[in-house]
Amino acid sequence: MNEIKYFDHAATTPLSREVLDAMMPWLTDNFGNASSVYSIGRTARAAVDEARAQVAKAINAKEKEIYFTAGGSEGDNTLIKGVAMAKRAKGNHIITSKIEHPAVLETCKQLEKEGFEVTYLEVNGEGKISIDDLKAAIKPETVLITIMFANNEIGSIQPIAEIGAIAREHKILFHTDAVQAVGNVPVDVKAMNIDLLSMSAHKFYGPKGVGAMYIRTGVVVDKLIAGGHQEKGKRAGTENVAGIVGMGKAIELACENMAENSARITELRDYYLAQVEEKVPYIRINSGKEGFLPGTANVSFKYIEGESLLFMLDMKGICASSGSACTSGSLDPSHVLLAIGVPVEVAHGSLRISIGKSNTKEDIDFLVDTLVNVVEKLRAMSPLYEDFLNGKYII
Amino acid sequence: MYTEKVIDHFTNPRNVGELEDANAVGQVGNPVCGDIMKMYLKIENDVIVDAKFKTFGCCAAIATSSVATILVKGMTIEQALQLKNKQVVDELGGLPPQKLHCSVLAEEAIRKALADYYIRGGMDEEEANKLCGVEESACDHCEAHEH
Repeated sequence: MNEIKYFDHAATTPLSREVLDAMMPWLTDNFGNASSVYSIGRTARAAVDEARAQVAKAINAKEKEIYFTAGGSEGDNTLIKGVAMAKRAKGNHIITSKIEHPAVLETCKQLEKEGFEVTYLEVNGEGKISIDDLKAAIKPETVLITIMFANNEIGSIQPIAEIGAIAREHKILFHTDAVQAVGNVPVDVKAMNIDLLSMSAHKFYGPKGVGAMYIRTGVVVDKLIAGGHQEKGKRAGTENVAGIVGMGKAIELACENMAENSARITELRDYYLAQVEEKVPYIRINSGKEGFLPGTANVSFKYIEGESLLFMLDMKGICASSGSACTSGSLDPSHVLLAIGVPVEVAHGSLRISIGKSNTKEDIDFLVDTLVNVVEKLRAMSPLYEDFLNGKYII
Repeated sequence: MYTEKVIDHFTNPRNVGELEDANAVGQVGNPVCGDIMKMYLKIENDVIVDAKFKTFGCCAAIATSSVATILVKGMTIEQALQLKNKQVVDELGGLPPQKLHCSVLAEEAIRKALADYYIRGGMDEEEANKLCGVEESACDHCEAHEH
């Protein structure tokens, strides 16, 4: 087995040792239910509250505005459906974008079946919405704007503060899926006028299966999971104490080291892009630099298909991801790549790498060297490449 | 999701490349759908004596092409026209449901190559396609795209 070279931090991150250490007592001796009145219940409650304070601090929220969940998708579902149901009497229009995560897009599709009207804003070639489009989409019936903070496939960061200001001005609630952003880039719910936000711990070296929602004081959201008083009745279910403690620790560490990690990771990403551009012909760079997440790079290798590229890389121990149809599990390649104007046939050959704090320059060199070989091997067996070389196929 | 046989044929594809002296060539699929298969056959006295392929596509597309070339080598034209995608799938120890179309593509590529052989021999195109069961496209998805 090859040594694993991990370049898929947007999919998930390894649990930090320090985070695991913080979690262990809550998986072993301190197993109490945080709702129980006796001592081991009360210590669990105190641990959950401490984690709540850590999460609140990371995004400049108040402790009582943080509600723990089982992850990002739950947060997106709860907040979007919860606002829609709570605001139904006021209006039935929601504004979102075409490049949201499926947890948002499919939730909006469900709401359309329930009688809501949804506007899906276009994005430009850089994967950013237009503020003018947003303003034009607002109607008297608009009750919610849900726009992701940073995109998971190409890393584009939306003009969140501007969106927040517009939403506030029009008295429309603003939700952001910040799963890819929290822990990677500064998030300030007060300064950015964010009313609702979802995040997930495993994207910043915390455990899987735990996340949090921010709900600004005074905002009414109907609950999705009923049946208990936990999380002030907004989210029933016995608290995942160890997971919550891990999330608190992980977010604290991520924020402490953000500037330093971000600078180093940005440098590695730019180095990767420069190396790929220099060493592999016929590519399309689908992601950008300024105004993008530090670690995400999305490149299409023309005349080959993404899934076979991923498997070839996997043979060398490299973990990455692709927006090809075969990896998306549907007939079409990534909706994000298509929305930014990547031709379908080029989108099939896309490769997303997402760099994390443990990656080194040597890792990038290994990745690029492997890509040079693998892309060449796949092109050698591609009739499309042959046609291109013979001038019969141009893209 | 893939059997060991699929992985084996994907990582070490047999008969990959162009067949210089092929007298039957068939290409199916398109770049928009994300898979193209090109089959090269050399036919002597109605027997397929050599077969090679070039494929743009996923692991399953490459593995099915590889297996298909092995299967048709040594077959008569008549036998090759009887080849069903199921044989290709069985040979690979199965394919995930969403990848079955790759095996269909392999079957179609062989049919198209055989029709090409007849056309080269002077048969009318329509007649050759009918004889070999070449259809326009079995891919619903292709009709959804402009290309």
